[in-house]
Amino acid sequence: MNQLKRLAGIIWIVLGPLAIYYLVKTAAGEINKKPIIDTWVQWGVFVVVSIPIAIGMVIFGYYAWKGEYDHIEEELEELKY
Amino acid sequence: MKETKGIWKIIGASSLGTLIEWYDFYLFGSLATVLASQFFPKTNPTAALLSTLATFAAGFIVRPFGALVFGRLGDLIGRKYTFLLTLILMGGSTFAIGLVPNYDTIGFAAPIIVLLLRLVQGLALGGEYGGAATYVAEHAPIHRRGYFTSWIQTTATLGLFVSLGVILITRHALDPDLTKSIAKFNDYGWRIPFIASIALVVISIYIRLKMKESPLFEKLKTAGTTSVNPLKESFGHKINLKMVLLALFGATMGQGVVWYTGQFYAQSFIENVCKVDFDQSRTILIWAILAATPFFVVFGSLSDRIGRKWIMLAGMLLAIVSYRYLFNELLVLSDVSNKMELVYLKQIKKTHTPIAHTSDTLRTVTNKHFFDDGAMVVETIKDTAFSTIGKTTIKPDVKMYKILDTTAYWKMVFFVFIMILYVTMVYGPIAAFLVELFPTRIRYTSMSLPYHIGNGVFGGLTPFIATLLTTIYTNDKLVGLLYPIIIATVSLVIGALYIRNKIDPQID
Repeated sequence: MNQLKRLAGIIWIVLGPLAIYYLVKTAAGEINKKPIIDTWVQWGVFVVVSIPIAIGMVIFGYYAWKGEYDHIEEELEELKY
Repeated sequence: MKETKGIWKIIGASSLGTLIEWYDFYLFGSLATVLASQFFPKTNPTAALLSTLATFAAGFIVRPFGALVFGRLGDLIGRKYTFLLTLILMGGSTFAIGLVPNYDTIGFAAPIIVLLLRLVQGLALGGEYGGAATYVAEHAPIHRRGYFTSWIQTTATLGLFVSLGVILITRHALDPDLTKSIAKFNDYGWRIPFIASIALVVISIYIRLKMKESPLFEKLKTAGTTSVNPLKESFGHKINLKMVLLALFGATMGQGVVWYTGQFYAQSFIENVCKVDFDQSRTILIWAILAATPFFVVFGSLSDRIGRKWIMLAGMLLAIVSYRYLFNELLVLSDVSNKMELVYLKQIKKTHTPIAHTSDTLRTVTNKHFFDDGAMVVETIKDTAFSTIGKTTIKPDVKMYKILDTTAYWKMVFFVFIMILYVTMVYGPIAAFLVELFPTRIRYTSMSLPYHIGNGVFGGLTPFIATLLTTIYTNDKLVGLLYPIIIATVSLVIGALYIRNKIDPQID
C-alpha cells in the first residue's frame, strides 16, 4: 500500500502543471473568441487562483512520493501537545 | 447530563451565528440579478466589470484570505472573540448593503461601495466556519464529536434555506397583485432581507458575548503554550503542511464540489436549463433541503461509530456515478415535447407599447400552452413592430418558462433530495475530521484554509465552470457535470489512498 501511495505521488506531481496548462489553453481560446474585459477578468481570476493550488498539488505529490504519508497516525500523535 | 446540557448551549450559540452568516452571504448570490440591475448597469462597462469582480472576488479569492487572517487571530487570542468579530463584520456589511443608494442615485460610488462590502462579507465568512467548528469540537465529549459538530454542519444548508424562503416571501408580500409585488421587490423590496438580518445578528452577538472561551484553548493559554506564529507553524513546517494538503485534496476539494453541485448548480440547472419557473425552482430546493437536513446529524453521528473517512468518500463516489443520471432525470421531467397539449386552452395575449419619439411600437406576445397533466409553458416574445414596411427585428427577445405538473414537481424534489443526501454524507462528518487532523495551538488556522479553498474556490466555482462548459460544448446539456465529477474523482482517489480512518482520536 505504501508503495502504491508513493507511486501515485508521481501522478499528483504531474497533475498540477497539466491542469494549469489545460486551463491556460482554454482561457486563451475563450478570450480569443470573445476578447471583452469580462472574459479577461473571469478567466484571469480562474488562472491566478489555480496557480497556487496547482503548486500545492505538486508539493502534495512530492511528499507522497517521498513516503511522508506512510506513517501519518504515529506523526499525528506526536503533533498533539 | 451537566456536560450534555452545557454543550447544547454551546451548539445553539455557535450555530445561530453561523447560520446568520451563511444567510447573509447567500442573500447576495441569490439576488445577484436584482443587485446587478440596481448597482451594476450593463450600460456602463466599468460598472458591469465591477459586478463580475464582486461575484468572483468575494466568493473565491477573499474567503481563503479571511481564513488566514481570522484563523491566525483565533489561534493567537482565542476562538470566542475571533468569531464574534467575524459575526459583527458579516452582519454590519450585510445591513449596509441593504442601505446603499443605487447607481441612479449616487452614480459610480454605488458599485464600488457594494463591491467593498461584498469583500468584507467574504473575509468574514472565511473566518467564521473554522471558529464555530473548532469551538464546538473543543467542547464536545469524547466519542460524540461527529454528532455534536454535525449540528454546525446543518447551518450552511439551513442558511441557504432561510435566504430562499425570506426572498420568496418578501417577493410575494409587497402587493396583492403578484406581478406588482415582484416589480416592487425588484425596485426596493430586495433591501428588506438584507436589513432584516440585523435583528438576528444582534441577538447572536449578545449570545456569543456571554459564551466562555474554548476549554482546550484556555488550557494552552494557562500553560503559556499558545502559538506565537500560527501561520508559520501551519504552513511553514512540513509535518503540518502535508496534513493541510491532504485535508484539501483528499477531502474538502471533493466535498466542496458535491456541496455546490447538489444545491446551487441543481437550482441553477432547473431554472436555466430545464427552464422551470423561478418560484418552483426555489421551492423544489426548499422542500429537498427540509427533507435532507436531518441527515447531516445522522451521518455525523454514524461517523463517531465507524469513522469519518468512508462516509465522506461514499458520498463522493455516489455523486460521481449518479450525477449524470439524476440531472438527466431533471431534464426529462421538464420536457414537454412528449406531452399532449390542450390546444383549445391556449391563450395568446398581444400588447403594443409605443416607443417614444418614433412611430414604432414594442410588440409583446405572450403564449400560454396548457398540457393534459397540468403542466404549463409560458412563452414571451418581444420585438419591435417597425412603421417602415419590410423592416423587421432580426433577433426577437424570447423568454420561456415552464410550470411543472404536480407529479413532475415532486419527482424533481425527490431527485434533488438525493443530491443533498450526498451533501450530508460528505459534509456531516467533515468538521470533526478537520478538527482531528490538527493540534489545538494551530487548529483554527490549519483547518480554515483547506476548508475555504475546497468550498470557496473549488465549490464556489462549480456553477460558473459548469455553465461555461455548456457554452463551449453546446450539444450536451449535462457537460457541466464533468467539472464536479472529475474533481470529486481526484479527491476520492487521494482520500482513499492517504486518509486514515482512525475512530475518535484525542484532540487535546
